[in-house]
Amino acid sequence: MGSISVSAVSKRFETGDVDVTALDAVDMQVRDQEFVTLVGASGCGKSTLLNLIAGFETPSSGQVVVDGAPVRGPGPDRGVVFQQTALFPWLTVEQNIAFGLSLRANRDKGEATPIVERLLERTGLAAFRKRRPAELSGGMRQRAAIASVLAIDPSTLLMDEPFGALDALTRSIMQDFLLELWEARRKTVVLVTHDIDEAIYLADRTIVMTAHPGRISEVIEVDLPRPRRYEMRSTAAFIRLRDHVTQIVRAEAMKGTAPLDATAASSAMPDSAMTATMNAHTK
Amino acid sequence: MRSRNDRASTRPAEVLQYLVLPAAVLVLWQVASDVGFVRRNILPPPSEVVLVWYDLITGSTDAAARYSGSWLGHAWASTWRVFAGFAWGATLGIVAGLLIGLSRAVERMLDPTLQVLRNIPVTAWVPLSLVFFGIGNAPAIFLIGLGAFFPAAINATHGVRQINITLYKAARMMGADERELLRRVILPGALPSILTGLRLSMGIAWVLVVVAEILAVRRGLGYLLNDAYLFYRNDVVIAAMLSIGLLGFVSDRLVVLVRRALLTWNEKETFGGEH
Repeated sequence: MGSISVSAVSKRFETGDVDVTALDAVDMQVRDQEFVTLVGASGCGKSTLLNLIAGFETPSSGQVVVDGAPVRGPGPDRGVVFQQTALFPWLTVEQNIAFGLSLRANRDKGEATPIVERLLERTGLAAFRKRRPAELSGGMRQRAAIASVLAIDPSTLLMDEPFGALDALTRSIMQDFLLELWEARRKTVVLVTHDIDEAIYLADRTIVMTAHPGRISEVIEVDLPRPRRYEMRSTAAFIRLRDHVTQIVRAEAMKGTAPLDATAASSAMPDSAMTATMNAHTK
Repeated sequence: MRSRNDRASTRPAEVLQYLVLPAAVLVLWQVASDVGFVRRNILPPPSEVVLVWYDLITGSTDAAARYSGSWLGHAWASTWRVFAGFAWGATLGIVAGLLIGLSRAVERMLDPTLQVLRNIPVTAWVPLSLVFFGIGNAPAIFLIGLGAFFPAAINATHGVRQINITLYKAARMMGADERELLRRVILPGALPSILTGLRLSMGIAWVLVVVAEILAVRRGLGYLLNDAYLFYRNDVVIAAMLSIGLLGFVSDRLVVLVRRALLTWNEKETFGGEH
């Protein structure tokens, strides 16, 4: 269970006197156990869409339905992994993972100890169980955060740029880690990212969004075989998909900066002139 | 970074660092008095103060004359008042501060009034509190509590406000109800700031106990200080001052100890000073 249906959803924010339309008549369907990524330039409303599904925001019009029921607020059926790791700094790693299960709402989800043990094992954090979040590396922190969400066994995992704050190497390791978890125990995943490679590498479908107002521009079926392997990133099929998505996102990003292109071209001149002068000085 | 283990093995150089300033002050003070730079009855030298202080506590030499052996009674009276005032003022302050931090409605109802009251120095409350409560413990405990209230309240509010919104959202997402949010997220999240507030409250409490005792009661270190001043016993005055300083220091250490016991997690990401 974990199907999501977004129908004709718009979201407007009032900021001072101006209304900003973050999302405009967005339709989206996510099947149970499907891995969907939302990608787009900043300001395209991808995080807003995720927040609407999570229940942190309510749509200005339209409806978000999860498992047949309209979303009325956040809940443990939809686990959210935030970009800024949501770990309680006063709790140890194992206490953080056990947090959700200790809440009254999750009393019927089983005894915490074996679940926490299994997740510590799976995330490779068993040796760090007594550490506090501040004592962990960025990658370990995000693994602990994912474990703490998986502990309550949500049918849907909503991830808002979960690896955005990590360095490139750690990020690619975390992507494989996430896929491994997902292959072992499939859930519906909606993952927001601005990293096009990541969006394609992880997804069954990649939804490309454009900004002002936020709309779905294209839905791309990623027909790469599973399980995914890092090497697939250099296959022709992957590169074709990436170039295609890049073109859409770039074309969109350029629209906003179109008048600046001329300035960018002319500023290239003084730049190279300056480099030449500096070279002359160092010689 | 500093860690607790380092402190156990204090090196001789560190002992020296601790002692430099107090030793220099004592030596200068003693010399100034011995060479006649200051008159002994105006600023008695440390050697005399120590003897008077000793008699003040033990009552064995009569060096403190009419005050001989009275120290414990005064010290206890002050300490008791400080903790009684601190207890009600800080408790009420934390509760009010948390409520203001949690609810904009409560903030609108309480905050403007508190901000105005906060700007009235507590000493300005002295006349009214004497009229209202009369002479005795009541006005002292009232004034101390009033002084302890504001730092406790302001820091509790700040403690709630600075809690990472992501933690709050994460707990709600996992299904935490209002009570669980308060007990498991808000309170522990606000705790460091609350304890900072308590430390400030404790400091103010010791200031105000002296003010109150000079004006309202016949026992306590503040009373002793003022009475000795009226009898030109500056040695007793200084002994009383140092006693207040030491008891204030010990109270502060107590709050710091409580803080250390409760917050094993808060010190990892701070500078903490060089070795």
